[in-house]
Amino acid sequence: MQTLNIEGEMTIYTAAEQKNLLLAFIASGHTLEINLSQVNELDTAGTQLLILAKQHAAKAQKQLRFVMHSKAVLDVLALANLTSLLGHSD
Amino acid sequence: MSFDEEMQAALETFVIESQELLQTMEDDLLSLEQQTDPSEAIAAIFRAAHTIKGSSGLFGLDHIVRFTHVVESVLDALRDGHLSVSTELVAILLPCRDHIALLVEALAEGQETEDAAQSQTGDALLRQLRPYLGEESAVAPVKATAPTNDPAQTGNWHISLRFGADSFRNGMDPLAFISYLGTLGSIVTLTTLTDALPDAADMNPETSYLGFEIDLQSDVGKEAIEGVFEFVREDSIIHILPPNSSIDSYIDLIRSLPEDEQRLGEILIHSGVLTRRELEAGLQQQGQPTPEGSPPQQIGSILVETQSVPQPLVDAALEKQKQAKESKARENQSIRVDAEKLDILIDLVGELVISCAAANLRAVQLKDSRLLETNAEIIGLVEEVRDSALKLRMVPIGSTFSRFQRVVRDVSADLGKDISLVITGGETEVDKSVIEHIGDPLMHLVRNSMDHGIEAAALRAERGKPAKGTLRLNAYHESGTIVIEVSDDGGGLNRDRILAKAIERGLVQPGITPSDKEIYALIFEPGFSTAEQVSNLSGRGVGMDVVNQNITALRGTIDIDSVPGEGTSLKIRLPLTLAIIDGFLISIGHSFFVIPQDRIIECLEMPSTCNNYDYMDLRGEVLPFIRLGALFKLDTHNDTAEDTTPRNREASKRENVVVVEYAGSKTGLVVDQLLGEFQTVIKPLGKLFNHVQGIGGSTILGSGEVALIIDVPVLVRHYSQREQAALRAVPQYACA
Repeated sequence: MQTLNIEGEMTIYTAAEQKNLLLAFIASGHTLEINLSQVNELDTAGTQLLILAKQHAAKAQKQLRFVMHSKAVLDVLALANLTSLLGHSD
Repeated sequence: MSFDEEMQAALETFVIESQELLQTMEDDLLSLEQQTDPSEAIAAIFRAAHTIKGSSGLFGLDHIVRFTHVVESVLDALRDGHLSVSTELVAILLPCRDHIALLVEALAEGQETEDAAQSQTGDALLRQLRPYLGEESAVAPVKATAPTNDPAQTGNWHISLRFGADSFRNGMDPLAFISYLGTLGSIVTLTTLTDALPDAADMNPETSYLGFEIDLQSDVGKEAIEGVFEFVREDSIIHILPPNSSIDSYIDLIRSLPEDEQRLGEILIHSGVLTRRELEAGLQQQGQPTPEGSPPQQIGSILVETQSVPQPLVDAALEKQKQAKESKARENQSIRVDAEKLDILIDLVGELVISCAAANLRAVQLKDSRLLETNAEIIGLVEEVRDSALKLRMVPIGSTFSRFQRVVRDVSADLGKDISLVITGGETEVDKSVIEHIGDPLMHLVRNSMDHGIEAAALRAERGKPAKGTLRLNAYHESGTIVIEVSDDGGGLNRDRILAKAIERGLVQPGITPSDKEIYALIFEPGFSTAEQVSNLSGRGVGMDVVNQNITALRGTIDIDSVPGEGTSLKIRLPLTLAIIDGFLISIGHSFFVIPQDRIIECLEMPSTCNNYDYMDLRGEVLPFIRLGALFKLDTHNDTAEDTTPRNREASKRENVVVVEYAGSKTGLVVDQLLGEFQTVIKPLGKLFNHVQGIGGSTILGSGEVALIIDVPVLVRHYSQREQAALRAVPQYACA
């Protein structure tokens, strides 16, 4: 199983870079896990990327899980009502 | 610009705008009680509070939002007529405004959250506001938490948001808006639509693809909800459906949105807005959309369905929108410019004037008449440029005046007097640099008038005057100066008491009776006070002389008029700008100096009889003088300064004396040559010269030479202190 740690912010300022990172990571294996414990800021652009990663992985028929959500992430997911889509799922 | 810098710049703008809004708020709050129809002022106060809250929300300044929200609620009740204007309410709202100002100030100093003391003050103020809130609780609005599924909730706002593709790039974070929307009420359901998100390959991570369908439970008005999206309305699709809109409007909404009808329908059913039956019936009914029926929603407009809103309200809203548009158009006619940039411009124009003079000098030397002609034209134009550049820095004095509304209110409460302030001529313009310096002297004068000028109510009644005292601030232009008047309808100055006091202090010789004006001017003497009672505001005898000094430092004058029993009027005359000075050019040896013209009484030739002394006989008066050449250690035209034997002096050209006046006493300045009047642009001296006493600035002559501008008050004061020190030092020499 592959794990990716995302650290720092996931915002419009890092979105372009992180999109490539995420896509490369999804291409790297079949059972994937993204650790969000070190994400200290998440905005709409970052959220959108998480959704993209989830959809992209589903289309490619891969298993992608988000784990260890930080508080910043959980707050945004709660606000956008995306907890069920992007939350921790086993 | 990095993100932090951008953020910083945006915050600075926020601070400046908030401060302006707070000023409006204060002015309007103060005028509330006076107005017969305060609705406009209330609306302005409400708007100010509302805008501050809104912008604070965008910056995530939750403490400001929380506090302002409550204030806004009270103002809202006031606006809707649930509360009426009362002195008590104003007395609570003013400190609330101050508290917001404090928070904004703290923010300007980099403090983005409130400290314990601030939150304590805030809470105390909120407690005071609570009685006015009626059944509404003063508790801060609850931030939207995880959406709850409550089908019993009816009467919710439905908001559809499709943010513009460029929103992120424009620095807008949709979730921040939603988070802020949550402060207006509670978000009942929220669905994030990802339908527009393309495949990974085509997806631009900096483009906004998400849509939001929100049900909000809130009792705020349409305006407030629209206001949330003010900054993004331009390129976003925003639909706001008020509570209890007809089913048709929901159906129209579904059709006008880019997503699949059925999917949107599900969302609406899910959020309890529509039942499945209603949805299906509605979709069927409008099965074949007519060509004119619901055209695609235009980008840039916020669609608010108004079926359930009475027509007059809609009209009012439209009127309001029109007004907002008009004020926006007016805003666009003016731009905000950093004062520093203007200073640089004026500085450069000053250089230009000097260069022109140099070019002209050259032309004169060359005796080229065509060049002279062209130069004359250029000089004319440059002078016009200079005048209009200086005009850019002119600001109306009204904002300085209106600050005193608050002062008068507070001080009159302290003194237990009933005093109203009448402001006229607020539109009179004066240079910003003058405005900056006039505040303190005016404050002194205003307080003085209130404390000593206007009598206590009982005495006023006895004198047959209205119980309410009146203080007036007035400004107007008069022959190149601005005149600021501070007048009161109080008891007037007590001429006899001032005279008695002056005689007692030896300022006036007994037996001599000066004119009334001269007597009144005595109150500007240092340490002069006739107040029988020292109050904590004034009466200690300091103040008026400081005012006089301040005004003199601005190259201004003060006149006093007073009629016993009827009142006192102080007229301050100030130059319109501090950047230009009318001076008198003199030379000492090879150095040039400019003496401000308004300081000069007369010029005369140095009598040959007093070359060895530091004083002369001026028509029977002793005139002490300062030898500028010796003071500044310059070579005068007669060889060296030390060589002052009468014989040598007689051989050379005579010196001249410029008689200047400072603080009522005359002093002579000994110079070599008088070169005539000279209007010039003042250039401040660099930091290096900070310690130089007696020089107020510099200017450059057409010949390219530097002339120093003499600061007469400092020079005279400094010189006399030095002389006194020297006198004290003499006995020590004797001992040694």
